[in-house]
Amino acid sequence: MTDERRDFRVVGRSERKVDGRALVTGKPIFVADLKLAGTLHVKILGSPHAHAHVLRVDTSGAEAVPGVACVLTRDNTPTTRHTTAGQGFPEPSPYDTRMFDDKVRFVGDRVAAVAADTEEAALAALREIRVDYEPLEPVLSIDDARRDGAPQIHDEADARGIYDASRNVVADIDIDVGDLEEGFAASDELVEVTCETQYAQHTPIETHVVYSYLDPDGRLVLRTSTQVPFHVRRIVATTLGIPIRRIRVIKPRVGGGFGAKQEVLLEDIAALVTWRTGRPAFLQLSRKEEFVAARTRHPMHIRVRLGAGRDGVLRAVEMEARSNTGAYGAHGLTVLSNAGSKTLPLYNKAQNARFYGQAVYTTLPVAGAYRGYGATQAYFPLETAMDELAERLGLDPIELRRRNHIRAGETSPIFVKLGEGREGVSQTLKSCELERCLEVGAQRIGWQEKRGRKRRDGSWVHGVGMTVMMQGSGIPQIDMAAATIKMNEDASFNLLIGATDIGTGSDTVLAQIAAEVLGVPLDRILVTSSDTDVTPFDVGAYASSTTYVSGKAVERAAERTRAQILDVAAAALAADVSELTLADGAVLGPNGTRISLSDVCLRAMYASDQFQIGAIASCVPSESPPPFLANFAEVAVDTETGRVRVVRYVAAVDCGTPINPRLAEGQMEGAIVNGIGYALTEEMLLSSQGRVRNPSWFDYKILGALDVPPIEVILVDSYEPTGPMGAKSIGEIGINGPIPTIANAIYDAVGVRLWRSPFTAERVLAAMRGRP
Amino acid sequence: VTITVTINGSLRTLTIDPGDRLLDVLRREGYMGVKVGCRTGDCGACAVLLDGRAVNSCLVFAAKADRADVVTIEGLERDGQLHPVQEAFLDEGAVQCGYCTPGMVISAVDLLSRTADPTEEEIREALSGNLCRCTGYVKQIQAVKRAAERMRRDPR
Repeated sequence: MTDERRDFRVVGRSERKVDGRALVTGKPIFVADLKLAGTLHVKILGSPHAHAHVLRVDTSGAEAVPGVACVLTRDNTPTTRHTTAGQGFPEPSPYDTRMFDDKVRFVGDRVAAVAADTEEAALAALREIRVDYEPLEPVLSIDDARRDGAPQIHDEADARGIYDASRNVVADIDIDVGDLEEGFAASDELVEVTCETQYAQHTPIETHVVYSYLDPDGRLVLRTSTQVPFHVRRIVATTLGIPIRRIRVIKPRVGGGFGAKQEVLLEDIAALVTWRTGRPAFLQLSRKEEFVAARTRHPMHIRVRLGAGRDGVLRAVEMEARSNTGAYGAHGLTVLSNAGSKTLPLYNKAQNARFYGQAVYTTLPVAGAYRGYGATQAYFPLETAMDELAERLGLDPIELRRRNHIRAGETSPIFVKLGEGREGVSQTLKSCELERCLEVGAQRIGWQEKRGRKRRDGSWVHGVGMTVMMQGSGIPQIDMAAATIKMNEDASFNLLIGATDIGTGSDTVLAQIAAEVLGVPLDRILVTSSDTDVTPFDVGAYASSTTYVSGKAVERAAERTRAQILDVAAAALAADVSELTLADGAVLGPNGTRISLSDVCLRAMYASDQFQIGAIASCVPSESPPPFLANFAEVAVDTETGRVRVVRYVAAVDCGTPINPRLAEGQMEGAIVNGIGYALTEEMLLSSQGRVRNPSWFDYKILGALDVPPIEVILVDSYEPTGPMGAKSIGEIGINGPIPTIANAIYDAVGVRLWRSPFTAERVLAAMRGRP
Repeated sequence: VTITVTINGSLRTLTIDPGDRLLDVLRREGYMGVKVGCRTGDCGACAVLLDGRAVNSCLVFAAKADRADVVTIEGLERDGQLHPVQEAFLDEGAVQCGYCTPGMVISAVDLLSRTADPTEEEIREALSGNLCRCTGYVKQIQAVKRAAERMRRDPR
């Protein structure tokens, strides 16, 4: 494929979002905005214990509450073991979850659900449920889970896919390339660091919410706030024993996902209520329930050891990760594997490398998919270790990266050894502009002038830090996306995509790709997305897949549609297809002949050789080209209080062709601010009994408009030949930057290294005073 | 109890319970642009203009809106024309998932009704009660600046 970017007319422009007007005028387009008469309100009873057998659930009092239509417990619901992880089939997560189980495994775990005419009646009925528990010893940390004699959290006989349930080990990975010890022996400098990351939550502004009802034919319709409508349909069907053909899943607008909604968290309950009662059912988590019982980022302990020669070239890289997956193993294996697979190939000059990882159960909140997906945790030790190594070698940290990072035309053996929960896929990079990202980022932040200067401003000392990173674009040879296009008489086109816009702007980006190929303005593309009855299959919005994978499917469907248009035009103009060009809503033939697209469609519909112009196409990518990112942060540290302030943040990113630059910048800016919160303030605090102590935004601080520093995102132009119009994906990478970049900047300012996030004033001050 | 309230220019008489929050009454009456994010006054998704000032409608008793003027996001359009803040949000890419957008726009409209030429700090202050998890606020702040320019040039 040649580099065609200069010819783009719709792609590469910051078009308004196709759904923007409806969003900015407050149209009723979210799940909670539309309810039918007679809707039941559903509420869930959560466990007060972190670990307990459920001996008896007495619902007689609840059933007697006026207005109660249905009470669900383990005594009257399907017992199918499944995973809530919305992943491709068969899911690489263990089947360790039941709708309602004989055991509860974290504070907030499901015990019962009540559906009633009103929310008040449902809440009143919850209070009437009597549960007898036999409390068991909780397991409250990674070390606690791994010790001899630790209570076995998943001792059920029917669970599947757990690596070693008797030792609470969900997943275990051990891969290596070359000879690690030889690599370290040949090194002149060794650096070893261990970092610990915290429990953190996505906190989308819209909590998890689902609405279910029966259509006039008795089929079950789920309108749900999800990133994975097709996985929802499949997992609900399997869990409840309802045929897939009886279920339709519709995703309306979604109020933020970030991985939280790559989970089938509520749909089974609402579906069963409707299936049993025939009535519509509405279920939405409160903010507190979201904090307690939705998903979180896997807390990890990760040790990294680096060895390098005096030439600044890495000889050996070792990473050992221990991950806490909480009470259930959703995404346990794959987040763990991505801690290695999305980081180690970056430094492919190291011929010797090893990744070892274990994910363990605890009786704490459940971890799941979260933007960055393991890479966020792993770049903390890797990039702080690189900073330390640069110092030991007397090299500028940028120069150390230059001597070791992967480049276009190169590969890494890690790509093959380690994929997402299984072996990976060989790939040779076709695009990588990290070199230029480093250059423009360093210039923008003023690296040369600021590094090592420790500029003082009263008690505040300034410093700068930098890091580099990569992610991926989808899961190669696993992810699948499809798109359908059909033409209308006014030269508009319906674009039907399974791809799932959760606020990312993918409906817009995918429509721009279609418009570009079809030679029409963006407003001629009518997008319908994420309706399992209407749109073709797509795995959904995760793994930075949509622009690259779904975009390719759209490009192909548009190309096929375009070929049909040219065939019809050739017949109409009595010309050969090779003589035709399609542009600006018309096909131009030889000698000034011309036929409008509208006339092409009218001819195909009504006049001659009639057929529907349109096509369906799929994409299963053979590789996963990484976007690349260079981060630069300037921080100020208050030497009296330990407070850290980010003064400025610069991110230079190579995402191939930005299909819509403003939306691409928005992905980066949002991810960076979430990352800064993760670095400085966000932490779920847990009691000694495993209870979340700060389940509100008042106590769990995410950044507001007054808290964010100036953020400058620089899109560094590149062209990925395997991507649609040269694009790669950009959804996740930005969130990985702030923790290590800020940590390195703090070191530059005050000379202390932080090994535990978030970097609260208390921790920074303790580090400055030499306390652990 | 019964209250009389002007919502987006229409005089309405509503029967409410004394404990009802304005948020729930507005959504019950079909103003679904008023969003529910936390019900504790932390996120601002439910912000509306109450007598011209942005308030979190989850923290206001509906009874307090008796004889008041309420404007929700649905009430900002005039004669099919979006409010300049809405236009600027679209142009600047300030909308991602859009769930915080109504509250954010309401806060910006409140600011610009009091301050024609706000500083960046004043904009950040005005938006500080509206949490957004998607955008990082960069483009929203930019959008408010752009809207202020347009409104100074072309007052409605």
